[in-house]
Amino acid sequence: MLMTALIAGLVLGGTYALVAMGLTLQYGIARIMNLAYGETMITAAFAAFILQSALGLNPIADLLLIVPGGFLLSWAIYALMMRPLVTRSRDRGALEIDSILATFGLLFVIQGVLLVIFGANYMSYSYLNVPVSILGANVAANRLLALVLALAIGVTLYLLMTRTRWGTTIRAVAVAPQSAPLVGIDVNRTARFAFALGGALAAAGGVVISMYQTFTATSGVVFTMKALIVVIMGGVGNLLGALSAGLILGMVETFVATYVDPGLTLAATYGIFLALLLWRPQGLFGKAAR
Amino acid sequence: MTMRLAFGFSLAAAALAALAFAPFYVGPYQVGLLIGLAGYVTLSSAWALFSGPTRYVSLATVAFFGIGAYTVAALNEILPYPLVLLAAAGVGLGIALIVGLSTLRLAGVYFVIFTFGLAELVRQLVTWYEVNVTGTLGRYIFMSFGPEEIYWQLLALMAATLFVSWCIGRSRLGLALKIIGDDEVVAAHCGIDIARTKLALFALSAVIITLVGAIQAPRWTYIEPGIVFNPTVSFLTLIMALLGGANRLWGPALGAVPLFLLFEWLSANFPDHYSIILGLLFIAIVFILPGGVLAFVERALAHSKRVTGNAERVREPGTAEARQ
Repeated sequence: MLMTALIAGLVLGGTYALVAMGLTLQYGIARIMNLAYGETMITAAFAAFILQSALGLNPIADLLLIVPGGFLLSWAIYALMMRPLVTRSRDRGALEIDSILATFGLLFVIQGVLLVIFGANYMSYSYLNVPVSILGANVAANRLLALVLALAIGVTLYLLMTRTRWGTTIRAVAVAPQSAPLVGIDVNRTARFAFALGGALAAAGGVVISMYQTFTATSGVVFTMKALIVVIMGGVGNLLGALSAGLILGMVETFVATYVDPGLTLAATYGIFLALLLWRPQGLFGKAAR
Repeated sequence: MTMRLAFGFSLAAAALAALAFAPFYVGPYQVGLLIGLAGYVTLSSAWALFSGPTRYVSLATVAFFGIGAYTVAALNEILPYPLVLLAAAGVGLGIALIVGLSTLRLAGVYFVIFTFGLAELVRQLVTWYEVNVTGTLGRYIFMSFGPEEIYWQLLALMAATLFVSWCIGRSRLGLALKIIGDDEVVAAHCGIDIARTKLALFALSAVIITLVGAIQAPRWTYIEPGIVFNPTVSFLTLIMALLGGANRLWGPALGAVPLFLLFEWLSANFPDHYSIILGLLFIAIVFILPGGVLAFVERALAHSKRVTGNAERVREPGTAEARQ
C-alpha cells in the first residue's frame, strides 16, 4: 500500500514537475502568465489519442510529432497574440494583466474547439497496461514509463539551461531583462523562444498524462492551476524548484487520495498553496517575486 | 453641479421605476430575460467595484455566486428567507476574508492564481461534503414567491450596488483605491493602508456577488454543484465589465446589457460554438478596447476636440498638453 502510493505519487509528481517547468519558462522568462497552458496540454493529449487510435503509433513516437507541434503552436501564439501586448504595455504589471485576460479568452477558444471536435466525454487509451512488480508493489508499466520520460526530459532541460551558452542566455533574460540587451542578447527573440519551449514542455506533459490518465476537453483548467501552484512553490523561473515542488505536490495528492479521500486532493493542493502564501510567498526555493 | 446631480438622480429613479413596473406588461419569457439582465448588471458592477480601480483581475465570481446559491439550497427549509439571505452573505464574507487576507498583501498575480481555481475548489469540496456527509448530491428549492419577486429583489440589489459604487467613487476610499491602482508605492507613502483598503472592497464586492447567487437560486428549483459553479459565469461577468469599462460607474452595466442579449441569442442558436465565439470576442475586446467602450468614446471625443482646438490656436511647444 505504502509502496504503491509512493510510486504513484512519484509518477504524478514527475508529470506535474514536467508541466510546471514549461510554465515557469513562460512566466519567468517570457513574462506571460498563460492561463491557456493546460489547454495546450489537453490538446496534446487528444493528439496522442488520435495518433494512437487512428495510426496505431505508440506514445513515444507521438512525442516526436507532438512536442515540435506544441513548440510551433506556442511560437505562433506568442508571435501573433502576445507580442503586440508586450509592445503595448508600459510596465510588467500591465503586461501581466493583459496576458492574463488574453490567455483567459484563448482558454475558452481552445476548450470550445476541443468540445466541438471531441465532445465532453472522458477519453483514454490503453498502452503498456501491464503490471510490473517493484519492491512488492504492482505498478502499470505505462506509469513507470511516464515517470522515466518526465525525469529524462526534465533533467535534459536542466542540463541544457545550465551547461550551454544558449541556456545561459535564457537565464540571463529571466534574471535581468533590462540588462540582457547590454551584452548583446535579443530579449524579444529569447522570450519568444522560451514561450515556445514552454509550450513544447506542455505538449510533452499532455502526452505523458494521456498515457496513464483519463482526460476531457475541460480538464485543462485544473492542470493550469496545479502548474501555477507548483511554479509559485518552486519560485518563479526556477527549474529545479519546479521539479522538486512538482514531486512534492504529486506525493501529497497521492497520499491524500490513498489515505484520506480521493475527493479532497484539490483541497490538499489548495491547503499547501494557502500555507505557502502565508509562510513563504517567494516560493520554497526562490527569491521574492517582484 | 447640484442641478446636474439632482437631474441624474431623478433620471436613475425614473428608469428604476420603469424597470420595476416592467413585469406587469411583459410575458414570462421577458421576465426571465430581465432577471438575467439585472443579475449580470449587478455581477459585473460588483466585480468592477473591486477589480476596476485596483486592477486585480478576480476570476472567482462564480465561486461566490455558487456559494450564495448553494447556501439558499441548503438552508431554505430550515430558516426564514431573510435569514437565509443573511447567512449566504455571511458565508460569502467569510470566504472573501480568507482569500483576501492570504493574497491581497502580495503581488496581484497571487490573487489571480488563487481566484482562478477557487470555484473548482469550492465545487469539489461541496460535492465531497454532499456525497460523504449528507449522502445526496442535488437539492431542491421551493419558494412561495414567483419570478417577479426574484426580479424585484435583484433590481433592488442592482440599484444598491450602483449607488454604493457611486458613493465610493466620491469618497476618500474611492480616491485611495484610484491611487493604489495607479501606483502602490505612492499610495503607501500617502499613508493609505493598502491591504485593508483592498480587503474591504474585495469583501464588499464578494458579498454582493454572493447575494446575486442567493437571490437567483430559486429560479433553478433543482441545484447541484455542476450547475451553480459553472465557470462561464465568471467569464461573462469579466467580459461585460471590460467591454463597458471597469473604471466607470455605468461601464459594466453598458457592457452587460448588449452582451447578455447576445449570449442569450448565441446559446439558443449556436450552443456548440458558444465558448469559441465568446473567447474570440473576449480576445478582440482585450486587443481593441483595452479601457472599455466608455474610455474609448471619451478618448475619441477628447481627440476630436483637440484637433478642432489646434486649428484655432497655435500650441506652445513644451506644455504638458503638447507632450502627450
